[in-house]
Order: sequence, then C-alpha cells, then structure tokens
Amino acid sequence: MLCFETKKNTLTVRLSGELDHSAAKDIRRELDALIVQTDARKLVFDLKGLDFMDSSGIGLVIGRYKLMKRRGGSVAVSGTDAHIDQIFKMAGLYQLVERLA
Amino acid sequence: MSVINEMRLEFTATSENEAFARLAVSGFMLPLDPTMEELADVKTAVSEAVTNAIIHAYAGKPGMVHMSAAYDGTGELTIQIVDHGCGIVDVQRARQPFFTTSDSEERSGMGFTVMESFMDGVDVTSVPGEGTTVRMSKRILLRDDAFPQQA
Ligand SMILES: Nc1ncnc2c1ncn2[C@@H]1O[C@H](COP(=O)(O)OP(=O)(O)OP(=O)(O)O)[C@@H](O)[C@H]1O
Ligand SMILES: [Mg+2]
Repeated sequence: MLCFETKKNTLTVRLSGELDHSAAKDIRRELDALIVQTDARKLVFDLKGLDFMDSSGIGLVIGRYKLMKRRGGSVAVSGTDAHIDQIFKMAGLYQLVERLA
Repeated sequence: MSVINEMRLEFTATSENEAFARLAVSGFMLPLDPTMEELADVKTAVSEAVTNAIIHAYAGKPGMVHMSAAYDGTGELTIQIVDHGCGIVDVQRARQPFFTTSDSEERSGMGFTVMESFMDGVDVTSVPGEGTTVRMSKRILLRDDAFPQQA
C-alpha cells in the first residue's frame, strides 16, 4: 500500500504491508506517475509501516534514485528497521540515498 | 539430522504465491518458537528463492515451484526450493553480489547475497534446461520453554 504527501518540492511516500516482487510492480507504476505529476525534487520513502521487505526493495529504491537523478532530484529513506537496514547496507544503498531517522 | 517435523508444498509459479510461500514457512517453523528476527531472516530468504524460481526459472511460462522444509530436535531447520525451469549456466557467477540477468525488471542482483546473509548455509545446484534446487539451513536457537515436542 502507498500513501503520499507533498510539501514544497518534497514527495513523501509511505509504504505499508509487504514489499516483495509482486507488490513492487504496482508500487513502481504508481510512484513513477506521482513523481512526474508532482514534479518533486526530493523523494522520501517512509518505510516505518512495512511489515516485510526483500531484495525487491533495493530494486525499487535504486530505480527511483536513477529516475530522480535524471530529473535533477534526490532520494532519501526513513523509518527503516534493523532488518531493512541490513538489506540496504548489503547493497551499498546508503552511498546513493540519504538515510533519515 | 533426525527429522521430527517436515512438510512439502507445490504451487504455481506466479507472483501471488511469494507471500503464500513466506506464510507457509512461518507457520511451519512456529513450534520452534523463533524470535521475530529469526522469522524475518527465514521469510526473507524464502522470498528470494521463490521469487527467483518464479521470475527467472519460468520467466512467465507456466510451471510449479516445489518447497519442502524440515527440522530436528536441535532446532536445525532446512528448506528446499526446487523448480524445473531454465536452470543456471554458471552458479558461482549467479551468486555474486549485483549479478543479474534481468534488465527489464528492476532487479538488483542481491537475492543470493541476501539468502547467504540471513541463513547459515545456502547450497545451489542447477542443470541448464532442467532446473534449480536451492537448499538452505538455519539453526533456530531453542529456548528452554519452547523445546519442540519429540514424538
Ligand atoms: N531459480 C533460478 N532459475 C534460473 N536462474 C536463476 C534462478 N535463481 C537465480 N537465477 C539467476 O541468478 C541471477 C542472480 O539471482 P539473484 O537473486 O541474486 O539476483 P536477481 O534475482 O537478478 O535480483 P534480486 O534478487 O536482487 O531482485 C538471476 O539474475 C538469474 O539469472
Ligand atoms: Mg532474485
């Protein structure tokens, strides 16, 4: 599930439920439309509400990082638990996207 | 390993079944009274292996994924995920971090690395054109009050 909020140039997207390959397909489609629609400069993933994430989460975030970079923007993540952090660190994700508290 | 509980499942290689496979394994290992962390580790590893079978092995073609699991009285849990899909030509290469053959989808090539980090052992055997078997194991620490019932 995806909820969002925009403030100035920042698009904050709250994900809840389970982020696997099946869910990522739908989220990606919805999110890319939102990015274009809002013309956001900064995309923040709020992952506090996620119950599960596998490597599909890496693909989703890196994919949006590339898109935002092309558009002259950036990506951050927040609300990551220890498990999600471990997965993101394996992929060196925090070298590309900022990690907020 | 003297098995005290085991299960076998067979399901269609469709992405809806990724969540089903995770739930089934969680339910199966519940008598071991795993911590939330152990449960998350196993669910994530299963999700990786099953997703690989669905998106790489069969790549949209119809097929079945076979999943089995067992544990012994010491809390040693083993899980096997088998597909009869395309197989992997070079397993060692496929297991490298960031190696992926998929560019249309947003794959990161981190699936095997995630399995290896969250499980104690991961063994992959594959025959091109015939399919792939992923065998994983993890020791679930038994807490005094939660020793599984020996038959
Ligand atoms: N069951 C399988 N059948 C055929 N090929 C496989 C199978 N599992 C993995 N592979 C191959 O191994 C590669 C690496 O798998 P891995 O799970 O590490 O990464 P990925 O699936 O490409 O990306 P990610 O899991 O990070 O989304 C895959 O790209 C694919 O080529
Ligand atoms: Mg994978």
